[in-house]
Amino acid sequence: MQGKLARMFHVEKRWLQHAPLPRSYSNYFGRKLFLLFLTVHGLGAFALISLGVILRKWHVAPNLIRPLIFKETARAGIKLLPMFIFVALALGFLTIGQVMTSLTHYGAAGAIQYLGSIMVIVIVRELGPLLAAVLVLARVGTANVIELGNARALGDVEALETMGVDPVHYLVVPRVIGMTVGVFSLTVYLILGTLAAGYLFAFLQEVPLTPSQYYTQLADSLTSLDFAVVAAKSLSFGFFIAIVTCYHGLAQPLRLEEVSRVAVRAVSQGIIVCVFIDALFIVLYLVT
Amino acid sequence: MNEKPKEFIIEMTGVDVGTMRDQNEIVLEGVNWSVRRDEFWVIAGQQHSGKSAFLTMTAGLMPPAKGSYRFFGSETRIFNESRLADLLRMGLVFESAQLFVDLTMAENVALPLRYHRNLSAPEALKAVEELLVATELKAIADVTPANLPRSWHRRAGLARALSLQPEILLLDNPFGGLDARHSLWWIRFLERLGSGHPVLGGRPLTIVATTDDLRPWRSEGRRFALLKEGRFNELGSWREVSSTGEPVVKELLSAPTELA
Repeated sequence: MQGKLARMFHVEKRWLQHAPLPRSYSNYFGRKLFLLFLTVHGLGAFALISLGVILRKWHVAPNLIRPLIFKETARAGIKLLPMFIFVALALGFLTIGQVMTSLTHYGAAGAIQYLGSIMVIVIVRELGPLLAAVLVLARVGTANVIELGNARALGDVEALETMGVDPVHYLVVPRVIGMTVGVFSLTVYLILGTLAAGYLFAFLQEVPLTPSQYYTQLADSLTSLDFAVVAAKSLSFGFFIAIVTCYHGLAQPLRLEEVSRVAVRAVSQGIIVCVFIDALFIVLYLVT
Repeated sequence: MNEKPKEFIIEMTGVDVGTMRDQNEIVLEGVNWSVRRDEFWVIAGQQHSGKSAFLTMTAGLMPPAKGSYRFFGSETRIFNESRLADLLRMGLVFESAQLFVDLTMAENVALPLRYHRNLSAPEALKAVEELLVATELKAIADVTPANLPRSWHRRAGLARALSLQPEILLLDNPFGGLDARHSLWWIRFLERLGSGHPVLGGRPLTIVATTDDLRPWRSEGRRFALLKEGRFNELGSWREVSSTGEPVVKELLSAPTELA
């Protein structure tokens, strides 16, 4: 196991991080490019290792691991529900409020008939999954890096290894499954909540739109691809957020004082990974 | 009639030891050492002499930088999954115990059992009850480590290491930072483990402990070694330790007040 983790972090990477300042911009960009390549390589390898452990050890110690999976799912899902209800209300109000104000400003009297379509484009296809992922990253992903970074720095990983307990199985697998399920579920709740809050705002503003008209607009705008993409997107977001945060917390020897720096790096990389995945799905939309 | 020599558990030949952070940073060179079943070894050394690195390498957490390390007769670099059965024949007690702060003392002790025997929490707690009683942790079994003095943590670390009934126990400076009461308990408990404790079914346990203070280890039945200037030096029995002229050994045998 130690070898598996040690391979994740190369001497070259350390050298690149602590090398003297670049003499030219080309050196600077070259160094950044190498670091990016090494990070992608490390994250890819860690993702494959984690997937391998999930599949290979699904039936190993289920009485110990499955309660941990439930605990992590609750932490990255149910426990965040109050915050998500608040965000859904705010997001619904903001979106419908902005749409109504802008369209009325430009004199689009028939704007009401596009409310459902706009909600699907803005909330279902884009903001819902991305916002859910970023919120889970901020609330649970940060805690993940700090917990795992502390565990690494304090020698908990070595303690697990001496007991013959696979650290990836015990520490990473519950978090990966928990965050994947959590982000997916919260995305669904956020989208449903936002769509409902949007109608509530329209109703309070006395917009002449009945619930059935709003529902019909939403249903007409949604395609089966939307459901598939929302599911795939939110599951990918959850999986990769967990991988990025666990990778930075665990896959390299750490000192306690390095944990905060690593947490910042993990959160920034988590956001970049989410945006990158989102961009890939936009390409998918454009192609289909 | 001559008694047949017991089997080797550990055999090291020309082993170089690095550190966990950088295995190319050599702290011990050319270690030649062997441990037979039921032996009790005390490895002494001053601070930063490489005791923890040596024990970590012996426990298979990192490979030897050079040389041959045989564990139960098999060449060993590092204990990975293919050597799980061998790994579980060894228990390691860290100096700082390395307990999981979100688990209670009993849950910490039961963790290896739960993982390797797939026990539910109540089944595992029942299985470790005898160990908790033997290590006097029963009364604080439901308390998390953060709410207990550190001297109790190491006992939980010991109970956890014993939970899978190992054949050899490695201890990293077990008396470090303990008061007289705890030290005395440890001396007696390790003595009983070495001669056969009921928690291990009366089977004698092979023990290797590191220390930076030789005084509590006075016993004729033990074998001693010294880590000094990057070298492993076998000292022999207590008689040889107490009669040696080696200044570092004299220092490790002296109370702080005697040095003043």
